[in-house]
Amino acid sequence: MKIGVFVCHCGENIGKTVDCATVAQRAAKIPGVAYSVDNKYMCSDPGQNVIKNAIREKKLDAVVVASCSPHMHEKTFRKAAADAGINKYLCEIANVREQCSWVHDNIPDATDKALDLVRIAVEKVKRNIPLTAIRVPVTKRALVIGGGISGIQAALDIANSGFEVVLVEKEPSIGGHMSQLSETFPTLDCSQCILTPRMVEVYQHPKIKLLTYSEVEKVEGFIGNFTVTIKKKARSIDEEKCTGCGLCIQKCPIKKKAFNEFEEGLATRPAIYVPFPQAVPNIPVIDRSVCTYYQTGKCQMCLKVCGREAILFEQQDTLVTEEVGSIVIATGYKLYSIDKKPEDSEIKGYGEYGYGKYKDVIDGLQFERIASASGPTNGEILRPSDKTQPKKIVFIQCVGSRDEQKGFSYCSKICCMYTAKHAMLYKHKVHDGEAYVFYMDIRAGGKMYEEFVRRAIEEDGVKYIRGRVSKIYRQNGKYIVKGEDTIAGMPVVIDADMVVLATAMVAQPNASKLAQTIGVPYDKYGFYQEVHPKLRPVEVSTAGVFLAGACQSPKDIPESVAMASAAAAKSLVLFGSDYLEREPTVAVVNEANCAGCFYCLKVCPYNAIEKKEVKNKLGEIIDYIAHVNAGLCQGCGTCNATCPSKSIELIGFNDEQIYAEINAFSESFV
Amino acid sequence: MIVGYYPGCSLTGTGKEYDMSLRKVLSLLDVQVEEINDWCCCGATSAHATNHLLSVALPARNLMLAQKQNLNELLAPCAACYNRLIGSKHEISHNADLKKKVEFVLEEDFNSSTEVINIVQLLQKVGKEKIKSLVKVSLKDIKVACYYGCLLVRPNAVTKFDDAENPTSMEDIISATGALTVEWNYKTECCGGAHSIARKDIVTFLSKNILDDAKLNGAHVIVVACPMCHSNLDMRQRAIKKLYPSHEEIPVLYLSELIGIALGLNGKELGINLHFVDAINLLQMVKAEM
Repeated sequence: MKIGVFVCHCGENIGKTVDCATVAQRAAKIPGVAYSVDNKYMCSDPGQNVIKNAIREKKLDAVVVASCSPHMHEKTFRKAAADAGINKYLCEIANVREQCSWVHDNIPDATDKALDLVRIAVEKVKRNIPLTAIRVPVTKRALVIGGGISGIQAALDIANSGFEVVLVEKEPSIGGHMSQLSETFPTLDCSQCILTPRMVEVYQHPKIKLLTYSEVEKVEGFIGNFTVTIKKKARSIDEEKCTGCGLCIQKCPIKKKAFNEFEEGLATRPAIYVPFPQAVPNIPVIDRSVCTYYQTGKCQMCLKVCGREAILFEQQDTLVTEEVGSIVIATGYKLYSIDKKPEDSEIKGYGEYGYGKYKDVIDGLQFERIASASGPTNGEILRPSDKTQPKKIVFIQCVGSRDEQKGFSYCSKICCMYTAKHAMLYKHKVHDGEAYVFYMDIRAGGKMYEEFVRRAIEEDGVKYIRGRVSKIYRQNGKYIVKGEDTIAGMPVVIDADMVVLATAMVAQPNASKLAQTIGVPYDKYGFYQEVHPKLRPVEVSTAGVFLAGACQSPKDIPESVAMASAAAAKSLVLFGSDYLEREPTVAVVNEANCAGCFYCLKVCPYNAIEKKEVKNKLGEIIDYIAHVNAGLCQGCGTCNATCPSKSIELIGFNDEQIYAEINAFSESFV
Repeated sequence: MIVGYYPGCSLTGTGKEYDMSLRKVLSLLDVQVEEINDWCCCGATSAHATNHLLSVALPARNLMLAQKQNLNELLAPCAACYNRLIGSKHEISHNADLKKKVEFVLEEDFNSSTEVINIVQLLQKVGKEKIKSLVKVSLKDIKVACYYGCLLVRPNAVTKFDDAENPTSMEDIISATGALTVEWNYKTECCGGAHSIARKDIVTFLSKNILDDAKLNGAHVIVVACPMCHSNLDMRQRAIKKLYPSHEEIPVLYLSELIGIALGLNGKELGINLHFVDAINLLQMVKAEM
């Protein structure tokens, strides 16, 4: 076997601490090495040509490139080797940058170590065999979880490219938080007006299968081949028969009992309801926890008035399964509910702000509903307690955000902008009103964002006070807001009529459960973790699963939409080919040896080990042995190390190869 | 029940009615108090404003004295003493360097296992039911504003007692006497504390706000658990009256005094006659003796 060794200087990155020319000279003496050379930039085109030409001219069988981490350029060099006609798995990388030059400063020692690393790689490559990539078919169909603006955007982008989409939404209607908003920054266009056409487009799209009031129960399979089980919660309505006439909603005797989620508790709704007039689909749902029929067995008013006999009191939850190739998670966020301290949580809450105790101390989404033309006050700014117009209003930013003492260390990112918007909307509707904003910093990075905040301050006369509020209490019908003006260095007391708290954006309460169902990592706050914060922002470590919107971190609408389109594009990349190529470096079981102890099954982090039946000549099952699903296996080697009878081999990293590497390394001590 | 007792300077001087009433009430509740022998100043204000080591070492000495008397629990009725004792213990246990310094000053190892408790915590341990069963005079006609001040519940990480922003433990104990407690806004606001000596103007203003809010919310009496708060809220009412002639006086009682009234003790036994603001009307409301 003729092996070539190529030592890269990586400019000064390696060359500064490793004497690359010496490494190349000494590597030439390793048995089996037929050619060795160093180069300033091996990854450059001329550098790659050095490798290609050497393979052709010297008739090399295998190559070792001493360079940066294989994460960086293994693909590059393997492709170069393949272009020159050798199997790409006969190209190995000796990492002499991250694991040598960057962490040492003594040139002779670092040079010795670099040579050791080269020798190890040479011994391994001698035992490498040509491999072929595994090909798996791709189901060209996507699942989108969450029907807010991110999910809608991702679903439409994929569907408009001609691929089928299953869109799952846990609420009775799609639309998400954006459907609750009054106007949107920085252009102040009406949220519903720009959103509802998209919602209708989703509903009417021939390629989109919409499952509302449904939740993902189980996800099996792997990239290109997921099987998803979805629970359709019982609506108590026959979706085929219902025309959405709304008569049942009008006649429902329960008007003032049920908490109206869409109006954030500022209004009530009947037991049978659609969340809002523009709901998609326009099919009601019965809230069984308040419906008289489910409580007492009497009433059935909705059934009596329904001309289509669409009410199904006995309807049960059903499970449906869908085959998809990719999954886009767009489950969004919740607002931090500051009146409740979650049990066993380190979050301490803001009892001193009186949220939950005082009706006129509200959060940002509640203010959106008050400012919205379709809201409980028809867009008039009226305070919840007595429906009077507040003449003095205080907005407090960073309630829970950027507060390690009582909340979360992260910035919720959108609050500076929406608070400016709120204050502006207030001033537009209450001309003689005074609006105050307590802030820590104004973070208005974004196109036309800073200008928007300046407009609130300069044109609309909103008074910005830099400082925190220590306490809010009620006195003589006013809400006394005590805070500090840190620029003036003085305490401030404002007797407000209403207070709006910009509470932190937090992950959905069941975010971790869904993450475990799908196999998505999440951070300590429950936000989903991307693979790389800069270069792979929409991918997660489970291949074929992508993120969109605020489920990954707090985001505004423009960012969510951009991310959704990115997640859609990633799905489409997957759907661009009929087969997926996967690394052949997976585990295989030596079936003759396997004793069926299934320790491997217990340790496998990817659920890639299956039980395979062993049958006798009569076709009777006599035993079970382990079998590796090559589609799921990530080649981590855990099963390989665990197997007590050495019956599992990791292709490309078998015991012989590993021992050869260790032996080569131990030579340096002799 | 036996509990260690650290009276501190106030309870032997300006707040001696707190000491009188507390000892009588606790004996009715079958709690024996054992005073620490040879206790010294807790270091409040003067020490912690001038010398950090001294402010930690003084309470440490008192804690070690309690340790030597084998006291599991040490009652510090004064909120400032409570805060110094529990705060010093917390600091020493979280700072090895400081511990060494304190041990050098004390000339002994610091290994206090005594739990420092305040008056509300002691009454919680006695139990609401026990208090209820001994009530002789129902206080159902009076409305009480419970004032915690700044030190009783803070810093929360150290005291680990009640809610720093909206404490309710005192209200809960007082409900055993039948008295009503009012919702008000100034229960943890600063009364001005030790500025009483140097900046009377600040203390007068801050105390007035507290008294006003209690009255505005319908309270007949303010109940405190700190001699410093008591002297500011009780003694400064004359100065407030001078500056704001419309000010109407409101009596300020120690928690132990209010419970004492409910348990049938008279005003003199509890030292209520020693206050600046007359509480005679209040006692008449519940038909108790002065």
